[in-house]
Amino acid sequence: MVTQEDIWRELSTICDPEIPNLSITDMGIVADVHLDVEAGRAIIKVTPTFVGCPATALICSEIEQRLRQLPLREVAVEITYNPPWTTNRLSQRAREVLRQFGIAPPPPYEGTDFPLDLLREAVECPYCGSTDTVLQTPFGPTLCRAIYYCNTCRQAFEHFKPV
Amino acid sequence: MRPGSGIVPAVKDLLYRMADDALILGHRHSEWTGLGPVLEEDIAFSSIAQDKIGHAYALYQLLHELGEPEPDRIAFFRDAPQFRCCHLVEYPNGGYDFSLMRHFLYDVAEQCRYHLLESSRYEPLAQLARKVRGEIKYHVFHATQWVLHLGARGTEESHQRMQQALEQVFPLALGIFEPTEYDDLLAAASIFPGERPLQDRWLETIVPLIEQATLRLPALEAVVPAYGGRCGIHTEYLQPLLDEMGEVIRSEPEAEW
Repeated sequence: MVTQEDIWRELSTICDPEIPNLSITDMGIVADVHLDVEAGRAIIKVTPTFVGCPATALICSEIEQRLRQLPLREVAVEITYNPPWTTNRLSQRAREVLRQFGIAPPPPYEGTDFPLDLLREAVECPYCGSTDTVLQTPFGPTLCRAIYYCNTCRQAFEHFKPV
Repeated sequence: MRPGSGIVPAVKDLLYRMADDALILGHRHSEWTGLGPVLEEDIAFSSIAQDKIGHAYALYQLLHELGEPEPDRIAFFRDAPQFRCCHLVEYPNGGYDFSLMRHFLYDVAEQCRYHLLESSRYEPLAQLARKVRGEIKYHVFHATQWVLHLGARGTEESHQRMQQALEQVFPLALGIFEPTEYDDLLAAASIFPGERPLQDRWLETIVPLIEQATLRLPALEAVVPAYGGRCGIHTEYLQPLLDEMGEVIRSEPEAEW
């Protein structure tokens, strides 16, 4: 018999297609796991990072494929915007994985409405640790990243921008 | 909201207006991909385009849940008279001055609209509104920075070109708020307060920013708003754009991607 824990464990081994080792549970995009034990039915609710994120469909089909390997009769993956995903949903481990991958993690903030002033605050360079850094552009190679420049090690780096 | 209730056509009309604006402007923004004046701006317009098309998709998905066809069908198989976008989003990109000013006036309006929708009684739209808040914040941030920079801190030429762009875009932007036959119904049902209150809020937001950019907003009474889009009357630019957007999918509608 499949339990909630089995499903969460399986989900925690599914990674973001763009950042290896960053699991979808650490990213905080699994909003809810509903399991009807008797019917053998699981409904997984995914709250996407950005509405237009092209990885969402891929992640959803990966979830479906993986959970079908468990003894379940029915697996459904649904998109929800409730609760809306914010960068505060990233776990401590997710932040560490991002840093190791060369992407500066977003600063935590109070509530669900991030203040734009966060963009003016120093972001720690993931390469040399310096905070003498400056925002180059709030848009980057993917929707969730901004580009900063480090004045100490003199190179550009990516920042997982707060939303 | 019960299917079949009298409010459904009003909600659908609101969703079509919002989604068609986002889809068409998203497509226009994407035309800067590879052509932006500097790499960062190329990426900015491309990213904003991707967000807008994502918002359009989410809104078409809500329409689908209300009984309309699948998002791809809605997006790529209608012709101009069935679209409900405003003229502002249809115009070709022109110069960067025009594109930036359109981006600024549109995104402030969109931010105000979604803000009002956060407390909508139509819960799926309220949830989407709370979701896109953070994304649109970046769009408005980008547009505002450039309008202030080129208006107040650039050169005489940049100031003059932003002023010209403002005069050209302002009447088009007023077309966002074209009144519709559903405004009263939506307001009475606490779904959306209406285009007029939205326009008021938009003006309150842009006036101080335009002043700060040392630009002059044309007098409201001296301007003829570009209405028509919300009832399916469009500029000559929309149909060729739709033909281009749908060219591949229409050539093989049953193809699997």
